[in-house]
Amino acid sequence: MARMKFLCDADRCIECNACVTACKNEHDVPWGINRRRVVTINDGKPGERSVSMACMHCTDAPCAAVCPVDCFYTTADAVVLHSKDLCIGCGYCFYACPFGAPQYPRVGNFGSRGKMDKCTFCAAGPEGDSTEIEYAKYGANRLAEGKLPLCAEMCSTKSLLAGDGEIIAAIYKERVTQRGYGSGAWGWQTAYRETIDV
Amino acid sequence: MPDNRLGRLIPQAIAAFMTLTLLVAAPVYAQAPSGSNPTAQAVNEQQLLDELRKIEGRVTLPNTAAGLLEQPQGRDYRGFHEGWLPWIGGIAITGILLLLALFYVYRGRIRTQAPESGVKIVRFGALERLTHWMTATAFIILAITGLNFIFGKRLLMPLIGADAFSTWSIWAKYAHDFVSWAFMLGILIMLVTWVWDNLPDRHDAHWLKVGGGFFDKTNRTHPPAGRFNTGQKLIFWAVVLGGIALSVSGIFMLFPFAFTDINGMQTAQYVHATVGVILIAVIIAHIYIGTLGMEGAYEAMGSGTVDINWAKEHHRLWVESQEAKGAIPPRSAAEAAE
Repeated sequence: MARMKFLCDADRCIECNACVTACKNEHDVPWGINRRRVVTINDGKPGERSVSMACMHCTDAPCAAVCPVDCFYTTADAVVLHSKDLCIGCGYCFYACPFGAPQYPRVGNFGSRGKMDKCTFCAAGPEGDSTEIEYAKYGANRLAEGKLPLCAEMCSTKSLLAGDGEIIAAIYKERVTQRGYGSGAWGWQTAYRETIDV
Repeated sequence: MPDNRLGRLIPQAIAAFMTLTLLVAAPVYAQAPSGSNPTAQAVNEQQLLDELRKIEGRVTLPNTAAGLLEQPQGRDYRGFHEGWLPWIGGIAITGILLLLALFYVYRGRIRTQAPESGVKIVRFGALERLTHWMTATAFIILAITGLNFIFGKRLLMPLIGADAFSTWSIWAKYAHDFVSWAFMLGILIMLVTWVWDNLPDRHDAHWLKVGGGFFDKTNRTHPPAGRFNTGQKLIFWAVVLGGIALSVSGIFMLFPFAFTDINGMQTAQYVHATVGVILIAVIIAHIYIGTLGMEGAYEAMGSGTVDINWAKEHHRLWVESQEAKGAIPPRSAAEAAE
């Protein structure tokens, strides 16, 4: 089994937000919830960079650790998923997540956030693969169909990479060697406690 | 005509601009080998984290808070929540239970020395008792539902299963969020009604010196005390100050992100959880001494009246001041009634 990871090559990201749109469309994500977002650092200044960010599917995920009802689980592909049946919408995972990945359908006063929603690496949830109920709760299950996450698949500059961590790291390494520069694998140190040495 | 003049100027301006661009760019083209680093000025993740501790940028979403790209403090929050907190809570609560058990073995139930006189005096009025029991009920609900967030998945979930535990936890969450208002109201009323009787006075030092008489097995040590003795004053201030800390941090959590950012939310939880488990330990001791630990203590808050001999033993100065005010029959009358 592969160890699935995301990698955003910030030197290629053009902030087109197509990954965000593709994700919303593929999973029919409700208004107000963004499983993926593009953040631009130093916007309009020299050296500006954009990074597409979603759940990084951390090694030893902090969200899973702090969940008071243990609704998270990690698949054989190391994708971090959760059960919306068990989730109580307490919001702890959002406080623990280094990447702001968990999303809630409501603003959340008086503990009324609703069930948490986040990037599933296009692997949906604990219900049976590719069922209607699974789609309604978690969105499409592309992994079960042998496909990779749509955000990365349709990235126009191939900035966003998704797949086996070793393979995408090798692709990124090759790129950096060839073009002579690279601003690194954003979030990898925090999420996976490792980075790509080039 | 201004239009014509402008029309003539435009091609000239373009020509000048192109010449200038060529002049400036030509040496750059000549110097730059392929593979030059256009990212020399680029932002660097590690550098940003080292300097700012978190990485923020701009998003095109209406939710501007989503511009927070990375906050590694989430790992610290996890460290507190799963590392420190269960230990602080576990040690505080089992520790106080153990201490109380040891104390009970050592001292047993503290009896009233003098026999009952049969004369009852009012110790707590209806409003005081109502406030006490409202706050007490609210606190017990808040304590159980609050502890559920720390220990539930460790102790209760293995017993009742994940689904039942989730259902219970949703109800526990709503109970915690809504009952909290009764607790906050109770704290405010307590502060207003009891603060004057809980200010430190000159008898406190002596009370503390003799340990309130708790450790005198002969039961002869009864340091003079006003309406509240030093131990009760300490409970009062623990409840009021702890309650205020819990209320403020709790309101932060009831309205997430309304008053603070994510790091503020994490701090609110650190304060809320730590003060919460410590106050639970304090209240366990309070419940012990108010019921099992001391004869006659429960009556005061239960029925609101106490036997005058109990009052003289435990709150001599208060009885004297009540007599002076004429609020209760003077000593001679009480003695005559015996």
